[in-house]
Amino acid sequence: MKTIKEINEKIRRGEVVVLTAEEVIDFVDKYGFKKSAELVDVVTTATFSPMCSSGIYFNIGHSTPRIKLSGGKITLEGVPCYGGFAAADLFLGAAALPEDDPRNKIYPGEFKYGGGHLIQELVSGKDLLLEAQTYGTDCYPRKQLKTYINIKDLNEAVLFNIRNCYQNYNVAVNTSDKPIYTYMGVLKPNLGNANYCSAGALSPLLNDPYYKTIGIGTKIFLGGGIGYVAWWGTQHNPCVERTSKGIPKFPAGTLALIGDLKNMKANFLVGTSIYGYGVSLTVGAGIPIPILNEEILSYVCVRDEEIFAPVVDYAKDYPQGKSNILGFVNYAQLKSGKIKLGNREIPTGSLSSLKKAREIASLLKEWIKEGKFLLTEAVEFLPSVDSGYKFKPLKERRPKDV
Amino acid sequence: MFKKRVVLHFPKELVDKPIVYKLVKEFSLEFNILKAEVNPREEGVLVLEIKGEDTDLERGMEYLKKTGVKVQPLSQDVSMDKNKCVDCTVCIPLCPTQALVRNQNFEVEFIKERCIACGICISVCLYKAMSIRF
Repeated sequence: MKTIKEINEKIRRGEVVVLTAEEVIDFVDKYGFKKSAELVDVVTTATFSPMCSSGIYFNIGHSTPRIKLSGGKITLEGVPCYGGFAAADLFLGAAALPEDDPRNKIYPGEFKYGGGHLIQELVSGKDLLLEAQTYGTDCYPRKQLKTYINIKDLNEAVLFNIRNCYQNYNVAVNTSDKPIYTYMGVLKPNLGNANYCSAGALSPLLNDPYYKTIGIGTKIFLGGGIGYVAWWGTQHNPCVERTSKGIPKFPAGTLALIGDLKNMKANFLVGTSIYGYGVSLTVGAGIPIPILNEEILSYVCVRDEEIFAPVVDYAKDYPQGKSNILGFVNYAQLKSGKIKLGNREIPTGSLSSLKKAREIASLLKEWIKEGKFLLTEAVEFLPSVDSGYKFKPLKERRPKDV
Repeated sequence: MFKKRVVLHFPKELVDKPIVYKLVKEFSLEFNILKAEVNPREEGVLVLEIKGEDTDLERGMEYLKKTGVKVQPLSQDVSMDKNKCVDCTVCIPLCPTQALVRNQNFEVEFIKERCIACGICISVCLYKAMSIRF
């Protein structure tokens, strides 16, 4: 048994033992379970995947004379920003598209530029053109604004990921006879490929399946800088079917992440163009798990072959909201480059970069070992399996006919 | 005189037909075989450099397409920008010639010699790491 306070003392003294969620498996094999629970203090987990539910909010400062952006029309490099706040606060979503982008009019659309690319450019220090037309008031008389902005001049620039770190995800396939263009990538006809999107045994919430350490307030690696778990993420769904070891067999828990964009790096926040689908932002996140006791150690020892993901048909079932699945495959199979579905062998592709996730887990490990990163106690835990918390579909209700 | 490098895919039923001969005879085209093989599915792949007058070249290509031969431009100028690639692997099953592969460190490698410049990777890469120059 250890406390986070004790682990932080060890970090300060430079005596902490940190391993990545991949390294800890071999460590336990070598030193045995009980001994490892004493020796290992922290295990780092990570993920690097496209996550459309990302965005930034920022404050541009007040112009002279003053302008009230709310109620107006605001674009950054032609990409619409949301300004329904006070005068100088803006929100830019990762999946936002320039108004003149042809979308899927020429199918499949290329989606070369949008919110995600803008966020990456802002982080890398590029000047970006902000244009606004709005109405005047007695206190905010100005109606037009056209100016370059730069991240270093913004008062605040904050990354807010309202959903990230999906605890497991679908494996996408296409059973139709035409290629389809999805957020899970291009899917070839007749089960030509199978795409997945998780770091598997390195993924944060798969190493803490019941959210016993990761909670609101947990300090994390986010986009190359420091962030925090702000809340549970949208579509959080802890009560799905799980394996005997507690690993969800379907997409389950999610996290909302927040952090100072000014300290982030463009190689961990990457603008993403998804052919025929749209734009997004690929976000690097790393979460430390304190090994407080043997139970927590048992969770971080999870192996790829123990994590099962549902294979879902994105040609017919997914678009129609059907919960049909074609089977389960584990992450050892997915990461091998091919899966078997019935008698069919299907090559796999991943949207989530294991290489980058490993880089993040190692970086976070170094930060902790060097004493640059201390662990935090969660201030509140996320709804878990006993909460009854559910991700519900939309119940459509039309206005009554007059 | 114009020069063109193309990859010709001959379906099974055309493998034994004297199609390239006709390019010479009827369209006065010169050709140089860069590569020829019959793959395990008994489909023939021929990489040619063809020389001739502009209109002859065009007519020759039309003729090939009519016979059922699939014609693709060849370019050795497909390249991968390693600074943009994040090693996600989503391109790998989409590459028809296994020119994109994953190594043991889960890095994506581009094997240029296998590339037939079909351009699929250029569209599907989420990070625009692949590009082509004709």
